[in-house]
Amino acid sequence: MDPVLLSRIQFAFTIGFHFLFVPLSLGLSLAIVAAERRYRRSGSPSDRAASDFWIRLFTSTFAIGVATGITMEFSFGTNWAGYSRFVGDVFGAPLAAEALFSFFLESTFLGVLLFGRGRVSGRFYYAATWLVALGAHLSALWIVIANSWQQTPAGYEVVGGRAVLTDFFAAMMNPSTLPRFSHAVVATWVAGAFFVAGVCAYYLRRGRHREFALAALKPALAFALVASLAMPVIGHWHAGQVWKTQPAKLAAFEGRYESGPNAGMSLFGWVDEDRKRLRFALVAPDVLSFALGGSADTVVAGLDSFPAADRPPVQFTFQTYHLMVALGLYFIAVAALGLYLALRGRLERQPFFLRVLAWSIPLPLLANEVGWAAAEVGRQPWIVYGELRTSDAVSVVVPASHIALSLGLFAAVYALLFAAWLRVVVGIIRRGPAVVEEA
Amino acid sequence: MDLQLTWFVLLAVLVTGYVVLDGFDLGVGILYPFLPRGDEERTALRHSIGPFWDGNEVWLLTAAGALFAAFPPVYATVFSGFYLPLIAAVLGLIFRAVSIEYRSRDPKWGRMWDLAFFGGSLVPPVVFGVAAGNLVRGLPLDATGDSTASLGFLFNPFALLVGGLTVSLFVTHGASWLVLRTQGTLRERARRTASAAHWVTAAAIVAATAGAAIAAPEHVGHVLAHWPGWVAVGGVIAGLVAARVGMHRGRAGWSFAGSAVTLASLVAVWAAGSFPVMVPGWAGSPSLSARDSSSSHLALSAMLVIAAIGVPVVLAYTALIYRTFTRSRVGGDGADGTEDSAY
Repeated sequence: MDPVLLSRIQFAFTIGFHFLFVPLSLGLSLAIVAAERRYRRSGSPSDRAASDFWIRLFTSTFAIGVATGITMEFSFGTNWAGYSRFVGDVFGAPLAAEALFSFFLESTFLGVLLFGRGRVSGRFYYAATWLVALGAHLSALWIVIANSWQQTPAGYEVVGGRAVLTDFFAAMMNPSTLPRFSHAVVATWVAGAFFVAGVCAYYLRRGRHREFALAALKPALAFALVASLAMPVIGHWHAGQVWKTQPAKLAAFEGRYESGPNAGMSLFGWVDEDRKRLRFALVAPDVLSFALGGSADTVVAGLDSFPAADRPPVQFTFQTYHLMVALGLYFIAVAALGLYLALRGRLERQPFFLRVLAWSIPLPLLANEVGWAAAEVGRQPWIVYGELRTSDAVSVVVPASHIALSLGLFAAVYALLFAAWLRVVVGIIRRGPAVVEEA
Repeated sequence: MDLQLTWFVLLAVLVTGYVVLDGFDLGVGILYPFLPRGDEERTALRHSIGPFWDGNEVWLLTAAGALFAAFPPVYATVFSGFYLPLIAAVLGLIFRAVSIEYRSRDPKWGRMWDLAFFGGSLVPPVVFGVAAGNLVRGLPLDATGDSTASLGFLFNPFALLVGGLTVSLFVTHGASWLVLRTQGTLRERARRTASAAHWVTAAAIVAATAGAAIAAPEHVGHVLAHWPGWVAVGGVIAGLVAARVGMHRGRAGWSFAGSAVTLASLVAVWAAGSFPVMVPGWAGSPSLSARDSSSSHLALSAMLVIAAIGVPVVLAYTALIYRTFTRSRVGGDGADGTEDSAY
């Protein structure tokens, strides 16, 4: 089998697995800050139990995210030696900064969360929740900086077959860094909020931990709504940047082959890659042109503006992008309805809706996954947009058989880890927060 | 300022931080199936490294990131050249990380997590030791600087000897840590283990030195050709002696510090014998040198600023955590293992 394809599958699999735990960890890091803050203020045993409960869920998830992150840092050298040589001058710095500024922070204070209750002061413990949350978010910042440079390289010049840094800040704050960081981070908050809301909904429907669930549900739904509503705004900003800096990707998002004005936006559809057109699509006419340029006359480039060799896979990019958008709309609807019912005090009498909330827990994770997939596959065939092709980036000395073996090992180990995580997390939720006898 | 030398030294410092800190918790993991008797002692072993191991491991990730940033071709060559062994080490580290967190939460799979903790503590030091041996002995590099070494080439006797030495060093270091951190009969057993492991380590260092004289005589000559090499060799001997003296006098702190000095000095020996070469070419093939494999002046300077901001902060809170969590020993009556107190 083709070593390039095998390395791509391995990277997609290992990053996709890692990225199940990242959004949940970032989102839940805010939940533990909020829960511990509540306990700090009230000092009540039930708030302590609630905080411990969320911290248990957070640390169980975070542990897998941290562990599977090791693979990613090594993978550039093991599987993508050509890439590493080309980008090291620019790409290495944010990776090293990520380790220095955030891995140390999150790992060290995770230890405090796990071992510090009763051994450090309450203030120290509360500070540790903040520092872990800060570390997790800084980690996201640095890795998004690095990844954004692949999407929209800046602050460099190519000398002797490799990218050489010419302007540090231009490279770090490249055109897509800020929109992509905001987009990714707020998406993780949606995931965290829906997780908290889903767990509380599960308890309410079962009539367990009623006080606990009611107390956490309202803020979780309110936060879910704010974050979900922010997503289209940030997404719009991000799409405008993609349009300007990666037009082929935008064309693939919308399955658009022909260039021109009056570009429509489709809600769904099926890309016929042979006949180069969109089928079974529900298209809002002129909306894309209007959204990007403020008028229906705005010319939007189609895939026909790019040589066939420079086009991303269209169907996959289109479908993942559209699934992400559809899920985003679903989150707004569910969060708004949930908050309305909660404010009216009617949530408890809606078993069906509570069931919907509980079963919605995995959906933001799915949205995070397909959104990333659209962003990364939409960048193809480039590993560094416009500069280096993915096919020229692999480690040429690693034989395909070795990659196949490592891929098999990763699949087996990660399957085991996933089963363990599921058992542990479901176990924690089934047992619930410690029940406190209020004196 | 010689930025290439600076980053070479900083890289050695990061590797030193890794072996001195993660070295003891990996050693504890290797001892885990053999030293403790009963669940209580096993728990004490886990708790002795509980709040520290994760931060310790980050030194490795930082070293890898710094290598990528400062010497990209070296990172590319070494990581792709050691493909399968490194994948095994990564899987070991992943398993180990999860096992430590999940052992207490998932008693049903306790056996598996125990095994994962042991295996995940043993495989990475072997791999890193074998890699270090090969970086002394040399790799067959082609014109683009890629390593064409087969697995059979990588697992040569000298590299395996260095792999064994690394395990022995970490076991000594881990046992010395346990003497510092545990009490009662467990501590007594740790003391005997540390003493035996120390003799094995001393013998392995002698053997590895002899092996290096045969496998890589130029490297040995380079170590002894200038004063940093002599200081490093002196450090290895001083560390070994200090550890032994500490054991005789019942000063656990000396033993641990001595073992840390030995580890740090061995990294220094490698650095002194190598610079400016980072990957020596085997049998006349080209080498990768810090001089022609580094990132640009601007990139190295930017990284230096990042390090100057980040490292002091990291050192400060790492010190704070060690102070906070080493106030009392683990296990026995004064048990301070409150892992999952709310569990």
